[in-house]
Formats: sequence, structure tokens, C-alpha cells
Amino acid sequence: MAVFNLKVNAKSYKIDVDETTPLLWVLRDTLGLMGTKFGCGIGQCGACTIHFNGVAIRSCLLPISAIGENEIKTIEGLSENNSHPLQKAWKEVDVPQCGYCQSGQIMTAASFLNQNNKPSTEEIRNAMHGNICRCAAYNRIEDAVAKAAEEMN
Amino acid sequence: MKATNQTDSSRRQFLKSTLFASGGLLFGINFLNAKNPLTILSEEQARSGFLNFNAFIKIAQDGKVIIYAPNPEIGQGVKTSLPMLIAEELDVAWENVIVEQAKLDIKKYKRQGAGGSKSIEFSWLPLRTSGAAAKQMLITAAAKRWKVSVKDCHAENGIVYNRRGDQLGYGELVEDATKLKVPTKIKLKDPSEFKIIGQHIKNVDLDKIVSGKPLFGLDYKIEGMFIATVIRPPSFGQKIVSFNADEAKNLSGVLNVIEFKNKIAIVGVNTWTVFKAKKLIEVKWTSNEKLESTTQQDKKMLDLVEKENPSQLKTRRKDGNVKAALDDADTIVSAVYEAPFLPHNTLEPMNFYANVTKHKVHLVGPIQTPTGAAMAVARLLGRDRDDIELEMTRIGGGFGRRLKNDFVLEAAEISHLVKKPIKMVNSREDDFANGFYRPKVKYQIKAGIKNGKVTSYYLKEIAVGGNINDSRANFFPAASIENYQIDIARIKSRVTTMAWRAPISNILAFAEQSFMDELAEELQQDPVSLRLELLKKADTSDRRMAYSPKRMEGVINLVTEKANWGEAPNGTYQGFSSYFSHNTHVALIAEVIIENQLPIVKKVYCAVDCGVVVNPLGADNQCVGGVIDGIGHAMYGDLDLKNGAAQNLNFDSYRLIRMNETPRLETYFVKSDIAPTGLGEPTLPPAGPAVANAIKAALGVRLYKQPFIKNGKLNI
Repeated sequence: MAVFNLKVNAKSYKIDVDETTPLLWVLRDTLGLMGTKFGCGIGQCGACTIHFNGVAIRSCLLPISAIGENEIKTIEGLSENNSHPLQKAWKEVDVPQCGYCQSGQIMTAASFLNQNNKPSTEEIRNAMHGNICRCAAYNRIEDAVAKAAEEMN
Repeated sequence: MKATNQTDSSRRQFLKSTLFASGGLLFGINFLNAKNPLTILSEEQARSGFLNFNAFIKIAQDGKVIIYAPNPEIGQGVKTSLPMLIAEELDVAWENVIVEQAKLDIKKYKRQGAGGSKSIEFSWLPLRTSGAAAKQMLITAAAKRWKVSVKDCHAENGIVYNRRGDQLGYGELVEDATKLKVPTKIKLKDPSEFKIIGQHIKNVDLDKIVSGKPLFGLDYKIEGMFIATVIRPPSFGQKIVSFNADEAKNLSGVLNVIEFKNKIAIVGVNTWTVFKAKKLIEVKWTSNEKLESTTQQDKKMLDLVEKENPSQLKTRRKDGNVKAALDDADTIVSAVYEAPFLPHNTLEPMNFYANVTKHKVHLVGPIQTPTGAAMAVARLLGRDRDDIELEMTRIGGGFGRRLKNDFVLEAAEISHLVKKPIKMVNSREDDFANGFYRPKVKYQIKAGIKNGKVTSYYLKEIAVGGNINDSRANFFPAASIENYQIDIARIKSRVTTMAWRAPISNILAFAEQSFMDELAEELQQDPVSLRLELLKKADTSDRRMAYSPKRMEGVINLVTEKANWGEAPNGTYQGFSSYFSHNTHVALIAEVIIENQLPIVKKVYCAVDCGVVVNPLGADNQCVGGVIDGIGHAMYGDLDLKNGAAQNLNFDSYRLIRMNETPRLETYFVKSDIAPTGLGEPTLPPAGPAVANAIKAALGVRLYKQPFIKNGKLNI
């Protein structure tokens, strides 16, 4: 066990956990931030996607000991009142089926649109391919990302 | 029992109304033999569908309406669509409705489950009637207060009006309404009067989902709760000889390591601790029998396919004389289709919370069959059923896996043994290795052609796991070919199998709808026209026939028109498929292009007849998801077993379809006033064969095996 200082959604936390603990489980079990989901544990499904200094990464593979001073953002910190263009687009398109993968999809898309705010359809489809939607709501995810990109311009 | 087509809800019916301490009105309704005003029910539906179903509405004195969604939400949309049925007849504005998930209540509700795409079909009348009964009582309460006749009052959007122009909100009438007798004659709206049914209503949990609020079983947390995980045999058929848990027990945060039922449970303070401890436990396994592998199973299955009339065969349906018709045929078309085991791969791994105490057993989590789970836990622990309290969470995918309650029993047993509230959590590898897979199946189909007509159809099914049941033996082309026979046989295995989205149909449709195209090719006939010709010949007086030839024709005509069948641009190849399952008719046209000798599915046109479309927005989502899921698994899904152990244990070695491989969909619904049927499954079965038929058109290669793509190449 070791003590770590962690910055999540602009709040500071002091956390005492096993140093091999992945950030995913610190978020879920220690901080009670349940929006970041567990899907595979090996970085293949994208359900646990969060932002590390604004860049989308898999929290299931990131040990707490490797975070240091870096800024972590989760779905809970993406916006106030679901006001992020992606959250608004997600609601407008009515994307989810079971909903389990959706935070990860939104976090991947948010980081992607920060880097490319005029994406082509092909670019959206490639950027989102790391996130599995087992219900296969892929058409609507694609539409919602395109809609959010439009609004951000 | 004979079903008729009139509204008669008075028979053997009782309703209950209870005034809640909060001042809310709780309406319950309980039916036997409610009748459908819109369609003639099959006897099977009348027997099994509408028995003792309850629904609940709560109206607060401030006019707010809470509608309890009785069935578990697995992504099929019933947490939105079922309350829509109640709100429609209750006549309240959808914006004023708050939907809450009902807890399991064996006494008040029936069929509180999710499976078989049956929720909408079975709820259509009972839930609407519960809304209509409440509305009638509220109108009666208003009439009494105004001292006018009920006939002079009507209700709309949560307000009762009379002819003088007076109005009273439902909230003001709740208390009076509860004191009234529940009406015995309940009038339901004519479909032309619907204001909510047929509207594009968004998912009721949207806000919570896009902001990451806790909703799912894995998100459930309660003060004092511990986490448990389980080591189970890595191979089907293994038993524990011994294990060494010294190192795991020394890990900080590990509380218990216990053996139960040939498994080992690890209980600790958090998920990472127990996952880490699990890897530190060394287990010695043994097996009395030879462990199975898929290659050996394939050999056994092919032996049975090739053998004439093996003794294991059972006949599911037999019309005419297939053997004589085949002997007499000018040409025989014969093919064998194969499909592997498939895990369900719900994205939310198996998990359940259990707290077993002297006073009660508290269970919370994602389960498609809560009633069965509660009863099984009661039996396991020797408890009264009333001791069991089960709460359903939103479910991160079902696909049939959560019809099984093994993980609920494990959670309850662990809590009972360690005397702590625990949540049992699986890793992805646990879900893969200890799954209940889609059965592994091979189909041989033979058909005889005489004078340019199909005169016989013989299908032999060899399965590891579940076989074709009676209802599926009566699917198309049953009753449309005079000599018809379905035979089945099962290979014994220790590998556990289970219903997988659109059970049996999900493979049967691939075989049958690919074979239809092969027949059309032999006959040099357009594949759509062959199906239409067979449907015209279907003997509608055959009471066993499960599908409607007319409705099937309807979806076929709709999809061919929308996709411009036969007129694809150069370089685009079309494949057709149509299928009936779960009482819904579907026709698809898939369009593929070829890049680097591999097919890419670009677009799928989907026509559906599910009767009334309750929520077009949700319905479209289900249809699109079903098709893409069907294509993904037909293209890539493959689980291999060696020495009894699953070889694919995570998404690095098991391929699921991803966005860049996904076709765009266009979905069309047949306009209909017929009572609705479900959509969670029916678009999946025809998806694989539509793609296989398109690939044949593109490359001239007929695919007989799923997955279509193996090791980056066509699987031929």
C-alpha cells in the first residue's frame, strides 16, 4: 500500500492503495466514480476510456503509480449538466441501447474532436474503432459524433 | 381455450388500488385471459401470454405520475416502451411521467423477465388496460365531485374535463379515486387515438447514461460491501484436487479464500485486490474423462451428418415422403452449413450483489430472469421465498447469458458462507472460459427438384447443445413444400450451452436462407421470386405453421422496392434474406463491395413487420443493432476449445465487429394496426445469410461455415 495524490475532474484526492492498482479501479472502487466502466481489463474494448491531460487513454491499463501530477478527466467531469456538444448530440440522436459502453465512447470522441474538429465520416469511423458497442449502436454513435463536430464549428 | 378478437377484460379479473402513505395512488391490475381487440391470438399466445400480469402506476397529489417499468432493461428499450403503453391509456403527458424500475415482486407481477423478444407482445393489453382502468377511476371521481354523469366527462393529458368547462387535475382526484370500485369493463383506445404510442420517445435513462451515473449492477455499492471473485475450472469437466492460497491470503485486503462446489471464492476489500489474489492461487485440477476439443466435436458431428438415418435422430416434423420425393427428383441440391460456439460477451461482465442475513436475503444486480433467480436462491439456502428481496439494475447487455442465474447463486452462496455482504465480480476471462455458449451446430439440407419445382426439403440438425424445437420446425419453408422433414440429433458434451440472441434461428436462418439462394441458382430463378413462389404455395390451413406468408410477402416487397433489388451499381453486389422469428417478419438486402479480395458490407436495407411500432426511435435502434450484431458474429465470431478449455479468453483473440467495419442501415416498418411483437432478436437471424448471399454474388464463392472470415481470409 502507498499514498498517492491524484487530480481527477479538477479535484485533488489523497489515496492509499496498492501501487499496482489500475486507475480504473481507483476511480470506481475508491472514488465511487462509476461512469468509467470495466469491460475487458486489457485495453481492447474502450469502456474504461478517460482523459489523461486531455488525451483519451484506457484507465484499465494505467497503474496509479504512473499518474503523478497529470490531470485526469472522467465522464463525470466532461461538463456541467450534460452540456458538452457530444452529450447533447448523444441525447438528440438517442444513441444508447444497453448504455454500458457509452461513457467510453463519449470520452474517446471528445478527445478525437479536440484534435480534429472537422472530421470526415471515414475519420470518425476509424477514430472510434477502438470502442466496442456490443449492442452495435454504431450507426447512431457515428451520427452523434458527426453532429457534435458540426456544433463545435 | 379459444382466443377471439373482441375486448372482454371483465372475466376473472381483479384490480387492486391502494392509497400510499405519500398520498400517491398505486393501481395494480391482474388479468386472466385478457383479449386483444386488434388481432386473433394464437392458442399458444392465449395460453401463455396474458396470465396474472400486473402493472403499477403511482400518481402523487401534485399531479406527478410515476410509472413502474416491470421488466428488466437489457438494452432492448422496455424501460421506455412498456411505460409508454400505460401512459397512453392513462392519458398523461409523457413529459410528466417519471419511470422507475420495479423491484421483483412475485405476488404482484408475472413474467418479470427479459427474453424471447416477448415483453411488448405480452404487455400490450395488460399494461394498456392498467392505464385505462386508472383513467376511468379518475374520471369517475371527478364526475362524483361535480355531481355530473361520467358520460359528460373526459380526460386528457392528466386533466379531467366536463361539459361546463370545469377541470380537475389527476393529482386532485387521486385520493377520491382510490376509494372507488375498480371498473370491470375497461375500454381501450382505438389505435387512431394514440398520442404516445407511435411517437419517437427517447430512452428514459439517457441523461444518466451520458453523464456516467451509476445504473448497472457493477455500479451498485452499499456501505459495508465487500468484493468477491471466483476461480472455476478452466476446462469443462475438471475438478479441484488441491490448491495453495498462502500467498493470496497474505495479500493486504484479502479477507477470505474459501472452497465451494468445485470452485474457490476470494473475498476482499476491493476489485483489484481480489483479481490480484486470484492470480496468486495455484490450483491442481484433474479430470476423470477425456477433455473435449472443437476439432474432435467437428469430426463426431460430420460423422452423423454423413451417416444415413443414424439411430440418434429424432423427427421434429414430417410431411409427405421426403425419401420417395428425393428418389423421384430430377435434381437434388445438397449442402452442409456449420457454425461454432459463441460466447455472449455482454460488455458488463457477470456480477451480482448478495447479502444473506438471518432476517432476509438481499440481492441486487443484472438478471434477465429475476423470478427464477430468487426462487433458486431460496432453494439453495433453504429459505422462504418471502425472505428474498431482489432488485434489478439496468443491464449492460443480456443476449441470453443473463437468463441463466449461476452468478446469482454464486453470490448468494459466498455471502452465506463468509457472512458478509458481497458483490461477486467476473473478469472478462471468467466470462469467456465459464460461459454458456451458443450451441455448435451443423445443418445438412437436401432438396429435390422435379419439373422445375421444389418438391422436397429435408433438414438434419446435429448440435452440441440445444436443438430445433417444435415451433422452429414450423417456420418457413414448412407448409410450402409438400414433402418436408426436420430431423435433429444432439452430441453429448460437458460444454455448457444456452440461448444466445435469437436462439437456434441465429444459425438456422443462415443455413436455410443460404440454401434458398442455392436452390434459386439451380433453378436459374431470381432468389426473391423463388421465395415469393414458395410463400404463395404455403398451406395457410396448416395450424402448426408459425409464420404468416402474407406478412412475409409484405416485408419482401417493401425491402426489394427500397433497395432497388437487382439494380445495384457496378461493383456493388446485393444479397437477399428473409426470416420470421419471435413473431416478427423481417427481410433484408445487404450490399457488399470487394476490396483486396475481401468483402466489405457497405449497406443493409431492412424491412420489418412487427405490427404496431410502439416507439419508432427505439424500434429502429433494435433493428439496426440486431442486423449489425448478426453480421459481426457471422463474419468473425469463433470460440475454439482445446483440452476442454476455451482458447479465446478476451477481445484480443476474439473479434467483435467494430465501427469501421459496420454497414449503414436503412430500416422500414410495414404500417400496421396488428398487436405488436418484439424486436430484440428478429433482425439478427437473416443478417448473416444476406451477407453470405451478397458475397456469393460478388465473388462466386458460397460460404458454408461461420465465421465467414478466419485468419484474415474467407473461410472456405
